[in-house]
Amino acid sequence: MTARTVRNVRRVSQVLFFVIFVWLVLKTSFEVDFSPTTMTNIQLPYPVSIALEFDPLTALATLLATGTLYKGLLWSLVILIPTIFLGRFFCGWVCPLGTLNHWISEIPSERIGRRGKGKINANRYKKYQRIKYYVLLVVLGSAFAGSLQAGLLDPLPLLARSIGTVVIPLIHVAAMQSLTWAQGWGFPPLGAAAQVVYDGLSETILPYRLAHFHGILALGVFFLLVLVLNRVFTRFWCRGICPLGALLGIFSRFAIFGLEKDEKSCTNCQKCLLACQGADNPDVGSKWRQTECHLCLNCQAACPEGSLSFKFFPAREGSKANPAPVQTVDISRRKVVASVAGGLAAVPLFRAGDAFYENANPRLIRPPGSTPEDGFLARCIRCGQCMRVCPNNALHPTLLEAGFEGLWTPILIPKVGYCEPTCTLCGQVCPTGAIEELTQQRKIGDKNTAANCIGTAFLDQGRCLPWAMDRPCIVCEEWCPTSPKAIYLKEETVTNRKGEAVVVKRPHVDPELCTGCGACEFACPVNDQPAVYVTNVGESRSPENQLLLERKRT
Amino acid sequence: MERRDFLKQTGKAVALAAVTGGTGLIFHNRDVLSRPAGVSGTIPSFTVTADTRYPAVALCRHEDPISALNRSLDAIGGIKRFVKSGERVTIKPNVGWDRSPAQAANTNPALVGEMVRLCLAAGAVQVVVTDVSCNDPRRCFLRSGVRAAAEEAGASVLLPLDEDYRTVDLNGKLLSEWPVLRHFIETDRLINMPIVKQHSLSRCTIGMKNLYGILGGRRNQLHQQIDQSIVDLTAFANPTLTVVDATHVLTQGGPQGGSLDYVVREDTVICGTDPVAVDARSCEYLGLQGHAVSHITLAGAAGLGLVDYKAAGCKEIVG
Repeated sequence: MTARTVRNVRRVSQVLFFVIFVWLVLKTSFEVDFSPTTMTNIQLPYPVSIALEFDPLTALATLLATGTLYKGLLWSLVILIPTIFLGRFFCGWVCPLGTLNHWISEIPSERIGRRGKGKINANRYKKYQRIKYYVLLVVLGSAFAGSLQAGLLDPLPLLARSIGTVVIPLIHVAAMQSLTWAQGWGFPPLGAAAQVVYDGLSETILPYRLAHFHGILALGVFFLLVLVLNRVFTRFWCRGICPLGALLGIFSRFAIFGLEKDEKSCTNCQKCLLACQGADNPDVGSKWRQTECHLCLNCQAACPEGSLSFKFFPAREGSKANPAPVQTVDISRRKVVASVAGGLAAVPLFRAGDAFYENANPRLIRPPGSTPEDGFLARCIRCGQCMRVCPNNALHPTLLEAGFEGLWTPILIPKVGYCEPTCTLCGQVCPTGAIEELTQQRKIGDKNTAANCIGTAFLDQGRCLPWAMDRPCIVCEEWCPTSPKAIYLKEETVTNRKGEAVVVKRPHVDPELCTGCGACEFACPVNDQPAVYVTNVGESRSPENQLLLERKRT
Repeated sequence: MERRDFLKQTGKAVALAAVTGGTGLIFHNRDVLSRPAGVSGTIPSFTVTADTRYPAVALCRHEDPISALNRSLDAIGGIKRFVKSGERVTIKPNVGWDRSPAQAANTNPALVGEMVRLCLAAGAVQVVVTDVSCNDPRRCFLRSGVRAAAEEAGASVLLPLDEDYRTVDLNGKLLSEWPVLRHFIETDRLINMPIVKQHSLSRCTIGMKNLYGILGGRRNQLHQQIDQSIVDLTAFANPTLTVVDATHVLTQGGPQGGSLDYVVREDTVICGTDPVAVDARSCEYLGLQGHAVSHITLAGAAGLGLVDYKAAGCKEIVG
């Protein structure tokens, strides 16, 4: 195989893994055409979170934070072990965010710094590339102290949540608005054409129903920044920030595969630098950096003289004209210590305030099956899969509801969507066990086991129609899904403003039966600020955050 | 400056000023909003002409729900009386909740499937089965078994999307403009297929209350005047036929139930052309009497049918 063929194979690999990744995110959805083979437990037909389970950073960080490697995360060894021998092939061949960064970086530009000599210089190793190792050490330090911040910057969860909670809803709204606009012209062919396009999108990428996610602006701006920075520095994210790239870089220091340079045939044309993705100094005359190389093999394909070749056990002896490669990471011992210490110290800083142990947000309703808050924050990588799969659009990325520490972790907002009692999809897709997979029986409980509770409903009697305005309603009782209903009615005869006696049915909540699903809050006709609402007291996951003395065993 | 340049530049500036000013004048409007003409005209009635040969209501008690349906339907004239060759039919079962058939919160899927087959056999060109569910429609149609049964029988099952609604003037005493799922208007025949369930406010939800499910929008407000809302909806919807599933009756915990302890087996199907008489007969499975249920009496008073179903004609077949 020639060097160019190998490069084309890499391109195919990038497209393939990108398509698989996006397809899996798209399939993380409750689809209309599921066949009713199991009437009781609805299961997703594909392992939609599998791409996230191949992530070595998620695996290592959750291992540090929880002391165990959860379920499918063992798959990460399929990436990590070959990296030890080959180097960062994942960055150049597999990583879907890397691929996206690659494509955006390579769009031609008018800026001088991105062409010719400017680009050659830009693609030489730069000191800022060390930052990613510090980022890695900070997030591993935090993980060791029990707080999983890795997911914020880990490329796979980052891309999954950005596509799932930002890009797809954005396309959805834009498509709907374009359709309305096209049909508004009163020119049937335009409207029909728009309808065809819209139907095509609906069939392929849009979910059944438009999802509205909480606080996606911050998520969207962050993702946009990651993408746009490629236009300033080629693959800025991959070279400078990505903690997964840093982890793979560290693991590639004993790699037996690498770049061999032949100074005799080299004409110093520097075409290799023009095409370099990792900024790892592929040119003869510089020290090649194994830990920075994405193994994209562009340099080998670009070299007109055939002076560069990737091979097992490349020649490592250096001369002045062709210095030996560097296989270690360019960071100092002090800064390693400082980064880890910073990561460790961040966790007490997050939790010393009044939002973790005390005075936590009462509206921080976690998905059903969530582990206790400290365990949750030790596992959640903020990949957004639970938010995407939730058929009711109930789960959302937080902003500050869970403190700075819990940014973009899932929160249930009943006003937008409630938790369907028989649905267990969020636990099915969670790759790290932050949300435990429940069976339907464990979720709704039975005569001997308590149901999984995520909170308790309360009535705001000042806003409730039968309580405050002597009008009939009972919608909350109608929607209450427990058996018997947690919301019950008391008939009362009251005197209205005109002095007439009227009979009203006033709702009450039985906290022993309420699971906090939020169906009442969702259905309440007091639209803007529902007269019945859920707070997280009574959530099964917390032994402390309880309301009642007597509890059923789970 | 050359005269030529002067004229050219001034000309361009004047032209831009004219376009700018003209645009302002053309779009100038003192009203804040122009009201969209989203409200359509008259809604066709789906009812069939009265025929004195048949009773208004017929029920059949039989272990096999398919036989119960066929025998009661035949007693009021058979499917050919209601569906003619070439007609489009919309069937409106109750698929309101994410519940399995045994929980009796949704219409028995076997009955829906059989009704689809009957309509197609009678020559219907298209049979649509749909409902505006309360819970997520994907889950409701899946777990109720209605989607599978209806599709197997040859119907197209529609899960409503936002764009499927038309804003319509319901012309009711209480209800005016509401979004209605278009398949309940843009059809030739409407078959209402409710199940008998307890309800805390209207006491029972059978045929007339099932018509809540043709509406989109903020229908949780309708409970504030539930009786009049039901009457207005019945007057508007004009179903061809009501086929009540009383094979399993939800006697408590309605309208979504849950516990199997709430379900009582009655093995009965009630068919009828009089929506008031049908509900008046069916509510007896919940231990109620039509004249004691306020939305049924209000509907009777509004002239939508007879609360006294015996006067309307009621044939009962057992076995």
